[in-house]
Amino acid sequence: MVKEIERAGIPVVHIATVIPISKTVGANRIIPAVAIPHPLGEPNLAKAKQKEIRRTLVEKAIDALQTPVDSQTVFED
Amino acid sequence: MRKYKIVHYLNQFFGQIGGEEKANIPPEVKEGPVGPGNAFNNALGEEAEIVKTIICGDSYFNEHKEEVQAEIKSTLSEINPDLLIAGPAFNAGRYGMACGGAAEVANELDIPVVSGIYPENPGYDMYKQFAYFVETSDSAAGMRNALPDMVNLIKTYIKKDGDLGLPEEEGYLPRGIRKNLFVDKQGSKRAVEMLVAKLNGEDFKTEYPMPNFDRVDPVDPVKDISNARIALVTSGGIVPKGNPDHIESSSASKYGKYSLEELYEMSEETHETAHGGYDPVYANEDPNCVLPVDVLRDMEDEGKIGKLHEYYYSTVGNGTSVANAKAYAQEIAQELLEDGVQAVILTST
Repeated sequence: MVKEIERAGIPVVHIATVIPISKTVGANRIIPAVAIPHPLGEPNLAKAKQKEIRRTLVEKAIDALQTPVDSQTVFED
Repeated sequence: MRKYKIVHYLNQFFGQIGGEEKANIPPEVKEGPVGPGNAFNNALGEEAEIVKTIICGDSYFNEHKEEVQAEIKSTLSEINPDLLIAGPAFNAGRYGMACGGAAEVANELDIPVVSGIYPENPGYDMYKQFAYFVETSDSAAGMRNALPDMVNLIKTYIKKDGDLGLPEEEGYLPRGIRKNLFVDKQGSKRAVEMLVAKLNGEDFKTEYPMPNFDRVDPVDPVKDISNARIALVTSGGIVPKGNPDHIESSSASKYGKYSLEELYEMSEETHETAHGGYDPVYANEDPNCVLPVDVLRDMEDEGKIGKLHEYYYSTVGNGTSVANAKAYAQEIAQELLEDGVQAVILTST
């Protein structure tokens, strides 16, 4: 899905936990997520703290969308 | 003849520990065969026997890959089996990656691996050189055929003492490996014959298929994000409560387009997941942990992004065929373009 949307000319950032799969499906901007069943949350933590983690990941995604890349790039910390 | 000693790798489901709620269990080793291992043992008869079974949760494997691989490697070196059976994994993505990951470490120990997989499973392409993958159907309903096919390959492997022939002769998927061998006709003659056949419009078979590199070049970044319209798309199956379009929990035949208007965050009351390939407890409790609407609304208010697009798109990426996913995304992309969306955040579980 990432590939087809990007093929249409829209930049896509993929937030996913299993990075090798994200690479196989052809994502160019990849943000490693927390866990498979909760990519953008950490259920053990309090709501406010969870939202902070989510905010950090989404900010990384927004930064990635503004970053020029010339090949598949994983945006680590 | 000596009896082959086999170790079997299974996920939590086929290992009879539980469903998605157990997908996060670390690896454990059991004596003898478990679940489909019993059928393997019966079919293998006197020639081979599953002596131990390694079971690991699919999510656990993929979230702790290196640690689990190290553990499997040390278990395998202790047992020192003649062969590893992994799966079959069908089109279960995480399971396919786990079977392939297990095959990779077995390969380091020179232990041959027989597995079963649907060719679109990402585990096949990633790990094909490490195992003899028998082609299976996309769902566990194909166990009926997968099992005898894998058993046949194992029996041939034993009979030929590991010297298997070409993939199509023996019934396994190509491994992308080149091997030197003697043939009657020299290369130039074979090439010319192939060319003549091609010119005559006849069937011919290449000796080295070109890999299919379908890559899309990265699109230029967004210049002015504070004025950009950003859309959310997910393969994590987040749908309005009650799943109005009845998107299937696996092998989805459709995607949904849902309004985010007037919605400031997702909640247990408004949304849920339709995805059957991961433990839904967390996503149902707080769908924002799959689709971060709450955070994007905040950033919209703060002027950090222009606008969160008023619709999001969702499908279930569980066993969904590549052809379907591609078709959904092409339609979605067309609509996003028409709606003036400048960037997409796509989340996957």
